[in-house]
Amino acid sequence: MLNSSLLQLGAALRARKISSVELTQLYLDRIATLNPELNAYITVNPDMSLAQARTADERITQGDASPLAGIPIAQKDIFCAQGWRTTCGSRMLHNFVSPYDAHVVSQFNSAGAVNLGKTNMDEFAMGSSNETSHFGAVKNPWNRDAVPGGSSGGTAAAVAARLCAAATGTDTGGSIRQPAALCGISGLKPTYGVVSRYGMIAFASSLDQAGPMARSAEDMALLLNAMAGFDERDSTSLQREKEDYARELNKPLNGLRIGLPREFFATGLSADVAQAVDAAITEYKKLGASVVDISLPNSRLSVPVYYVLAPAEASSNLSRFDGVRYGYRAPEYGDLADMYEKSRSQGFGAEVKRRIMIGTYVLSHGYYDAYYLQAQKIRRLIAQDFTEAFQQCDVIMGPTSPTTAFNLGEKGDDPVQMYLSDIYTIAVNLAGLPGMSIPCGFGNNNMPVGLQIIGNYFDEARMLNVAHRYQLATDWHVRTPSGI
Amino acid sequence: MSLTLEDVKKVARLARLAMTEQEAQAAHAQLANIFGLIEEMQAVDTSGIAPMSHAQDVTQRLREDKVTEGNQREKFQAIAPQVQAGLYLVPQVIE
Repeated sequence: MLNSSLLQLGAALRARKISSVELTQLYLDRIATLNPELNAYITVNPDMSLAQARTADERITQGDASPLAGIPIAQKDIFCAQGWRTTCGSRMLHNFVSPYDAHVVSQFNSAGAVNLGKTNMDEFAMGSSNETSHFGAVKNPWNRDAVPGGSSGGTAAAVAARLCAAATGTDTGGSIRQPAALCGISGLKPTYGVVSRYGMIAFASSLDQAGPMARSAEDMALLLNAMAGFDERDSTSLQREKEDYARELNKPLNGLRIGLPREFFATGLSADVAQAVDAAITEYKKLGASVVDISLPNSRLSVPVYYVLAPAEASSNLSRFDGVRYGYRAPEYGDLADMYEKSRSQGFGAEVKRRIMIGTYVLSHGYYDAYYLQAQKIRRLIAQDFTEAFQQCDVIMGPTSPTTAFNLGEKGDDPVQMYLSDIYTIAVNLAGLPGMSIPCGFGNNNMPVGLQIIGNYFDEARMLNVAHRYQLATDWHVRTPSGI
Repeated sequence: MSLTLEDVKKVARLARLAMTEQEAQAAHAQLANIFGLIEEMQAVDTSGIAPMSHAQDVTQRLREDKVTEGNQREKFQAIAPQVQAGLYLVPQVIE
């Protein structure tokens, strides 16, 4: 059961080979055994999950044929779920029990899926290693000394360790793709505006996007079908026709043009990752694709631009956490200003405070034009590079991360080193394009390598097709960590 | 541009973050490194380039001006740090 695809699980549930309660219990037992070490979940609530599973079993008995009915899915702890503690990895929300459901959560609920629990993450999604979580670091199931990546590190570890059938993530600068790569699973960040962010705790609103994380492209197509769609409660949600993201999965890849950006294969890329990515490109050629040399000259600016825009927007979004209406309030304080300062200083961790400081500074009087506005202008240049590139190719490929998973504590106290681990993913968020990572081999120390696939706007169905054909021809995505 | 320790303290105040002298000094060193990374941006000629805030260049949707949410005060205040008689309590602001 643990290695069955979502389609197979759905079929087994509808054929009554297994009930949703049994399947949910199976995962809950695994979580009880493995989570104390991996720390992939912040919150599990067996009573609530099993109650949902019983309802799903009734639906299935009554003939409900929803593909996700009865399937246990974990939610990144950034998504509000009614009655569930929703912490966003922060002490600030350590006691926050959400009074409402995020759009993504209600979509899964109406599809009959079971919420298996809330996965660990970098605090407020700010991090690339999951080490900034107030609830402790997550361990990579492939090597317990290594990080799972971040910020959706708990989700990536949970999927890799078979602690859920599939799960959700969010991606502001690479937070779905980088942990997917480091944990050897598949992850997709859709086009900005495709999945509603209602009830998804905001980090950088012009970049944040939710997406599926799973064991295969086929599973992700099914999940995205449930997650995507217009929602008037998110002002950036795009009004588009509903589409079936699985519709092109099996299309042959003959004639596919793959763009390889020079900049993604230059200095900074470690040799083991380069080798695995090159081998994947060779496999694509066997599948009928051709490669095109392209250039994204402004992508080198994506890290600096991101570290202006994201902190600026975060400093504004996080101003709502003041200890008044919900969340953490300092136990002792004097006047109102003192209450704000103490609650925020004690409630936020070091990385979050750092980014609030950067953001407050770049938005402060006299600096707006030099930083925020300049970054928004360069953002357009970065996006234009992609527009030009897509005139010559159908998808763009390269590494997801410059290295395989690094060790816990390795990047230590230097935030800049940590920021550079998202060097290949950030430009995609700035352009608002869809991006994906799928497993494509193993590097040094037998750690997974991710292949990044970038598509044109709204081209998710084709990207899933491109990933699925590769997964039919290779078996990297079905490998499991030892002991799992 | 170089970030001073005084800038750091001022920004902390604006962001409502309490900081000890030691914390401010540590933050100063780290922020200086980060701004070193960001400075690369300043050399780029962006004259005539329009700033980009949404990939699809969509504008904000308008909706009819009518009440869509009912009163859920009790539900929301159940998770508040301190409430009394339906009001959120904070330290006294006006003498």
